[in-house]
Amino acid sequence: MDDFYWLVLAPALCGGTLIALVSAWVGVFVVQRGLSFVGAGLAHAAFGGVALGVLWGIEPLYVALPFTMLVASLVVFIRNRTGLQSDTAIGILFTSAMALGMIVFPQDNAAGPMSYLFGDILLVRWFDCIAAAVLVFVALGSMRLWSSWAYATFDKDQAKADGLPVTRHDMYLILFIAATVVVSIKLVGIVLTSALLIIPPATARLCTRTFSGMTVVALFISGITVPAGLMLSALYSWPSGASIIAIQALVFTGAALLKRS
Amino acid sequence: MTDGQPSAVQCDGISVQLGEQFALQHVSMSIPVGAFCTILGPNGGGKSTFLRVLLGLQAVTRGSVQLFDAPISAVNPRRIGTVPQSKRYDQNFPARALDVVATGIHGKWSFRLDETTRASCLQALDRVGLRSLADRRVGVLSGGELQRVYLARALVRQPELLLLDEPATGMDVRSEADLHSILEDYQTDHTATVVMVSHDWSTAKHHSSHIMLLNSTLRWSGASTDGPDDEVMREVFGHRGHMHPMTQVGCTHG
Repeated sequence: MDDFYWLVLAPALCGGTLIALVSAWVGVFVVQRGLSFVGAGLAHAAFGGVALGVLWGIEPLYVALPFTMLVASLVVFIRNRTGLQSDTAIGILFTSAMALGMIVFPQDNAAGPMSYLFGDILLVRWFDCIAAAVLVFVALGSMRLWSSWAYATFDKDQAKADGLPVTRHDMYLILFIAATVVVSIKLVGIVLTSALLIIPPATARLCTRTFSGMTVVALFISGITVPAGLMLSALYSWPSGASIIAIQALVFTGAALLKRS
Repeated sequence: MTDGQPSAVQCDGISVQLGEQFALQHVSMSIPVGAFCTILGPNGGGKSTFLRVLLGLQAVTRGSVQLFDAPISAVNPRRIGTVPQSKRYDQNFPARALDVVATGIHGKWSFRLDETTRASCLQALDRVGLRSLADRRVGVLSGGELQRVYLARALVRQPELLLLDEPATGMDVRSEADLHSILEDYQTDHTATVVMVSHDWSTAKHHSSHIMLLNSTLRWSGASTDGPDDEVMREVFGHRGHMHPMTQVGCTHG
């Protein structure tokens, strides 16, 4: 690979590895709480924010982040207000936001909707690495929340009875998922973002007996497969998101085949 | 019920409305510190709702509740141990029995169990006869084994108030006898207050110091040596009460 490749690949590798770690950190809760559809839905909803950012000529992340967090808050609000299930609320909101994105996305933009839908390492700048680094710092700050989130994931009633502010912590979790999804869009794309949240933790779930073990193994798998996928993407000019997910899917298949029933 | 003794539980006119129905209506009662109180009543009589109120999981529509002379929100949750009837836990969660018991000590999920925590958890599991299953995944435990894991979890924090919702569910007769012996030993050693929901009149009479009959409203409460008259029992249960097969013979009503 020549210098040009490394110039392009460096921010993607750096940002990708940081996003990989954050996705795994929050993904163990996505998998264990059955929030996979919420992750996918928020990623699709983020497209509305991305499109507005492109339309207004500002960094898409600046619009997509508050936009997706607003959608996440609305999911919780609709669920609490109407008693509808989360998946129904997210189903309504993500299709609406996606529709908005497709309508307002400028047709003459150099990076078309497909770049955001499937990821493009050419879109990843050092700015995105800084955003990913901020997210890592937030994750480090949320380490104390891991115990609370884990307890509420196992048994919400017992966690509440033990005085944990479960509802507030759940809100933090969904906002954190929303932020992770938005920051990873350029790298893997809207369509494949949820896979980053799901495949490494699901693979780790197959290999471990404790939740802390699952968290550590998910971090390891994600931290290895994302840079490997990006290298493949650069070597063979494959879409970055597809390359990462292909490797993660292979690892998952191996773990599923090796798992003793 | 307290006769001037300090009370562990004090309810003044509490009502709980769930949808259109009142699960509890105008319940006023107190349970003295150190009592073993069994709450009896028919299905849907509000027994589990009452325990959820004491755990702070269910808000009251009217009235007030105090634990140890303080509002529930002001009481340190570590003073309370609980065994719920229906376990709303995630069966696929990667957790060992040991991890669940450890939540009883820390009130949160532990990333790693230190030696002291591990030793305390093993001791608690030993007490309920499950030490050998400490590293077994909770999702594969039987109903009775899971009840005992939750009992170990409740006891490991050495609570002053034990709230048990039909703790013998899923247990065989031997395990049920062990359960009562564990509870009595614990209560004696720690002067703890036990509030237990049950359907079994004769077991209640055998093991409790106090009995409450709950059917949305409080129908009767008093010392287990007394007891409601047949008319109240018929009114609440439609007959004289559920009798445990092991203790049916020789059991007397007040």
